[in-house]
Amino acid sequence: MPWDERQPCAAVRGKIIVTVSRSPILRNVAVIWLLATVAVLVVGFRQAIFIAPPEETMGNLHRIFYYHFAHAILSLVFPYVNLGASLAYLYWRRRDPLKALNADALAVASAEVTALYAGICLATGMLWGKPAWGIWWAWDARLTTELLLFLLYVSYLLLRRFSPTGQTSALSAVLAIFAGIDVPIVYMSIQWWRTQHPAPVFGPNGGGIAPQFVPAVLWNLAGWTMWGIFVIGFRYAMERRRQLAEQEAALMALEASLETPQ
Amino acid sequence: MSYFGYVFDHLLKDLRLEWRSRDAINGMLFFVLLVVVVFAIAFDPAGYPTVTRQISGGILWVGLLFASMTALNQSWSREQRNQVLEAQRMAPSPASALFVGKALANMVFVLVVEAVLAPVFVVFFNLQVLGNGWLLALILPLGTWALVVNGTFFAALGLRARNRELLLPLILLPLSLPAILMMVQATTGVLTGDLDPLQIRSWITQLAGYDVIYTTVCVLLFETVLNAE
Repeated sequence: MPWDERQPCAAVRGKIIVTVSRSPILRNVAVIWLLATVAVLVVGFRQAIFIAPPEETMGNLHRIFYYHFAHAILSLVFPYVNLGASLAYLYWRRRDPLKALNADALAVASAEVTALYAGICLATGMLWGKPAWGIWWAWDARLTTELLLFLLYVSYLLLRRFSPTGQTSALSAVLAIFAGIDVPIVYMSIQWWRTQHPAPVFGPNGGGIAPQFVPAVLWNLAGWTMWGIFVIGFRYAMERRRQLAEQEAALMALEASLETPQ
Repeated sequence: MSYFGYVFDHLLKDLRLEWRSRDAINGMLFFVLLVVVVFAIAFDPAGYPTVTRQISGGILWVGLLFASMTALNQSWSREQRNQVLEAQRMAPSPASALFVGKALANMVFVLVVEAVLAPVFVVFFNLQVLGNGWLLALILPLGTWALVVNGTFFAALGLRARNRELLLPLILLPLSLPAILMMVQATTGVLTGDLDPLQIRSWITQLAGYDVIYTTVCVLLFETVLNAE
């Protein structure tokens, strides 16, 4: 972003506040996207709670599945956004540092949303497991691997917190690659380990979904996908502002040091 | 000098340093011994031989995992003294040779610990191996390498972090959990003789695959970690 697009900085109580001019088009797109997301989620809620008929054996219990399923699928997708952004960061790190900062912002946003979605997937799964299996938690393959996914991205976020300033992006990008490689191992483990979890819905051995439940599944999947993209975008914008403010502060400190009489 | 020449030099240097101080091996030996004793007191292995057989594979690996983590942090702080690491970064030799050399050295240390402690373990836990015991000669090195290669890498990654002693387990454990599952399952399968040989073989193959994948990634990314600024 060119420097003259910004409004002047103001130093308030020792802290430097930088205001970045926002693109009105982007903001409008974000608002429209949010409204559309809410609309789709409302339809999804109606489909899942009111329209889908009770299931033969589980009764109303299956309604939590629509939320569980959407979050489970997406918690396996967002890690790849994180992986892609981290790879892009490592590629641009030396070649184009400003683009690399963009990639880093996307990486942190997607990692946080991955941890969030995996957490929601685990929580809804437990809510379902208690009435269906009689236990909150089983050390079954898929539960374990989803928990591992959650732990991996929490450890990624912890590394970001603990690592020394200036190295955070590169080190966490490296860890993201390790974590991204772990995700297919997580997925393959469905085939490797014996399992108590219901059979996979998709794939050659998939159980499939009865046609009367399909609309609820698809609406919720669409809604939570849109919501995830919105939250990632929002977090991305926040991270970009933080980065720009940091740059501005660094520049001001540099200028101030040049002005001091030698 | 060829790549393996550099690796060999780094390995030799680390082995020589360890030979002079013997900090890592002595520390690990005593640590694993203590873990074995603590678990023996907690579970009464003499009274329940079947249960002991089922859990001793896990106990062995937990002990080795914790012990190697204490040693891994030390193995890099050695390089930080007198700015040796900065010199390594400026050296024209490939950065990953440094990593491979150090990982091999750490592997040797942990293997020595295993060789010394395996008989002690068998005696203390009153173990009788019911399966094909020779398979352990394959499982132990593969499992050790899985722990050591990632551990060495993440110890280097967290080298300049705040509270790095805490950071290493926090990032190493989640990544290693699949490997831990594989090695514990294979070891327990051999010790109890319950598991189908085909299943044991599949665990070992997976463990080998895990080793190959992560060794490759570590070697490729080490230079980035070394020059992370």
